[in-house]
Amino acid sequence: MSKELYFTKTHEWVRFIDETTARVGITEFAQGELGDLVFINLPEKGDEVIAGESFADVESVKAVSNVYSPVSGTVRAVNENLLDQPELVNMDAMEAWFIEVENISEKGELLTEEEYMKLIEE
Amino acid sequence: MKLIFEIGNKNRKLDLMPECDVPVADIDDKYKRKKELRLPNVSETEISRHYTKLSRRSFGVNCGFYPLGSCTMKYNPKINDEMAKLPGFADIHPLQPADTVQGCLKVYKLAEEYLCSITGMDAMDFQPAAGAHGEFTGLKLIWAYHRDRNDTGRDKIIVPDSAHGTNPASAAMAGFSVINIPSTEEGFVDVNALRNAVGEDTAGFMLTNPNTIGLFEEHIHEITSIVHEAGGLTYYDGANLNAIMGIARPGDMGFDVVHLNLHKTFSTPHGGGGPGSGPVGCKKHLIPYLPTPRIVERDGILAFDEKSDKSIGRVKSFYGNFLVVVRALAYMMTLGAEGLKNASENAVLNANYMLHMLKDTFDIPFGNGRCMHEFVISLERLKKEKSVSALDFAKTLLDCGIHPPTMYFPLIVHEALMVEPTETETRETLDEVIAFFKELYERAYNDPDSLHGTPLTTPIGRPDEVGAARNPRLRYYSD
Repeated sequence: MSKELYFTKTHEWVRFIDETTARVGITEFAQGELGDLVFINLPEKGDEVIAGESFADVESVKAVSNVYSPVSGTVRAVNENLLDQPELVNMDAMEAWFIEVENISEKGELLTEEEYMKLIEE
Repeated sequence: MKLIFEIGNKNRKLDLMPECDVPVADIDDKYKRKKELRLPNVSETEISRHYTKLSRRSFGVNCGFYPLGSCTMKYNPKINDEMAKLPGFADIHPLQPADTVQGCLKVYKLAEEYLCSITGMDAMDFQPAAGAHGEFTGLKLIWAYHRDRNDTGRDKIIVPDSAHGTNPASAAMAGFSVINIPSTEEGFVDVNALRNAVGEDTAGFMLTNPNTIGLFEEHIHEITSIVHEAGGLTYYDGANLNAIMGIARPGDMGFDVVHLNLHKTFSTPHGGGGPGSGPVGCKKHLIPYLPTPRIVERDGILAFDEKSDKSIGRVKSFYGNFLVVVRALAYMMTLGAEGLKNASENAVLNANYMLHMLKDTFDIPFGNGRCMHEFVISLERLKKEKSVSALDFAKTLLDCGIHPPTMYFPLIVHEALMVEPTETETRETLDEVIAFFKELYERAYNDPDSLHGTPLTTPIGRPDEVGAARNPRLRYYSD
C-alpha cells in the first residue's frame, strides 16, 4: 500500500504529495458512521490549520461533527465541490479530499493503514 | 394531503367581518395591491375538517407516550390554558400603559420570584423565546460582564463533549470560540481535563446537570470552583431541571447564570404546539447586564424600567412570550413547592423503573443501573450483529403508537436511544412500553428485516431526510 497515506485516531486520512504538502479527508469508516452528509463547512485558502485541531465540520442527518487536521500548515486549496455535493464524501471518501495543506511544519499522531484498520476493528 | 390553498372553491367565502360603519378612506392607487390577495376560499366545514385531518397526522403528548430524552414531554395540564385564556391576560395590547396591566406585570414578578427560588438565582428575565435563545442571552451576559471589567481576553467557552448541540452553537453565535473537553469513562465531566482547559482566555463553562447521560455530576462544586478560580463564569443549561426541582439548585451548585425551558419543565406546550419560553436567570453580579426593560416596583406600582447603561439591550420585541409565562405560573401555583418536588421525584422514579426493567435486555453503558430523569440505551451491538440501527428501532416504535426516544444523542453513546418518561405517565403505561421495547428487541434478533421498512401504520413512512436537508422546499408557490 501507499507509503504516503496515513490516518488519525479521529478518522481523517492524509496523503502526502511531498514532504511538506498533503491532501486531507475523512475515512470510509467515518463517512459510514456519519451517514448521509448534508452540509460541509470548509476553511478558506490561506487559513492556518493546526495538527489535532478542528479545521472543518460535517453535518449529517444525525449530527454535526468536527474534522481534525492531521498536520499543521497553510491551506493551499479547498475542494469546493464538496460545498454543493457533500454526497461525494459518501460516494468515495478516499477520493473526496477536503483541503490541500502546504508548508507543513508539524505532524500529529499518524497511523499507518494497518494500524488504523486495527483501531476501527476494535 | 392537500394544503388549505388547494381545497375549496374560488367563489366560496366565509366572511365574518361586520359591516363597515365608518367612512371608507380613499387610498392612493400606488399603495393598493396589484394582485388579488391569495387567501383560502373554504367553508367552515372544510376548515374544520382540514385542521382535524392535520391533527390526526401528527403525534403529541395527548396521543400517547412521548419519551423524547432531554425534551421533557410532560402532560400539559388544561388549567394552564384556562388561565391563559382569561381576558385580562389574553385581550391586552403590548403597548398598553403599565398602570392598566398591573396584573400581567404581577405574573412576571411572581414567576420571577418562584423561578429564582427554584434555581437559587437573584433575578430572572423572560424575554428569550426558547431555550437556545436563552443560551444566547445568558452568554451575552457573560460577554458583557468580562467586557465591563476590561477583561477583554476572555473569548473561550468550554463545553463537555456530552453537551447539547445548542451549547457550542450558542457560544459561537455569541462571538466566542468553543473548547470541547472529553467525558470520563463513567460519563462525567473530566475534572482534570477541565483544569487543563481553563485559563486567562476562559470566558465561561456550560453544563447541564444532571448531564445528558442522565447522571448527576458528583463533582459539581469542584467543577464550578475550577472555572471561577480561573476567572470564568459558569452557565447552567436548564434542559434537565425536571430532575431536581425542590431538591438541588443550580445557584447552590455554583452557577452564575441559567436558562430554563418553561415548555419542558413547567408544562407549557412544546414542539409544534409552542411558542416556547427560555427565561434567563442570574446571580447579583450579572443583573446590570440583563436585557431591558426590567419590571420594577415603585411605591406599590409595577412599571417598566428601560434605564441601564450596562444592559445587553433587548433580545426580543416587547416582553417575551407572555401567555407561556402565565401557563408556567399556573403550573407552579397548582403544584406548589411540595408538588414540584414530588414531580421531580416521580420523574426520577419513572426513569429508574424503566431502566431497571430494561437493563437486562438492553446495553445501558453509563450509570451502573441508576439514573436521574432519563437514561441512554446503546443499540451498537444490535447494529453490529443484526444491522438493526437505532433509527430502525425508533421507526418501529411508531407502529406501537409510541413516539420514539431521542436518537443518536448524546454523541458519546453509539446508536443511542435517550429515554425520558417524565412524571406524568402511569405505571400501566410504563409497563406496556417496557413490554413493547423487549418485544421489538426480540424481533430485531429473530426477524431483523421486519424493522427495516417501518413504520407501516403512520401517514408517512420514512421521509427522505437527506433530500429534505439538501434541497429543502420551504414555501408554497401558488402559480
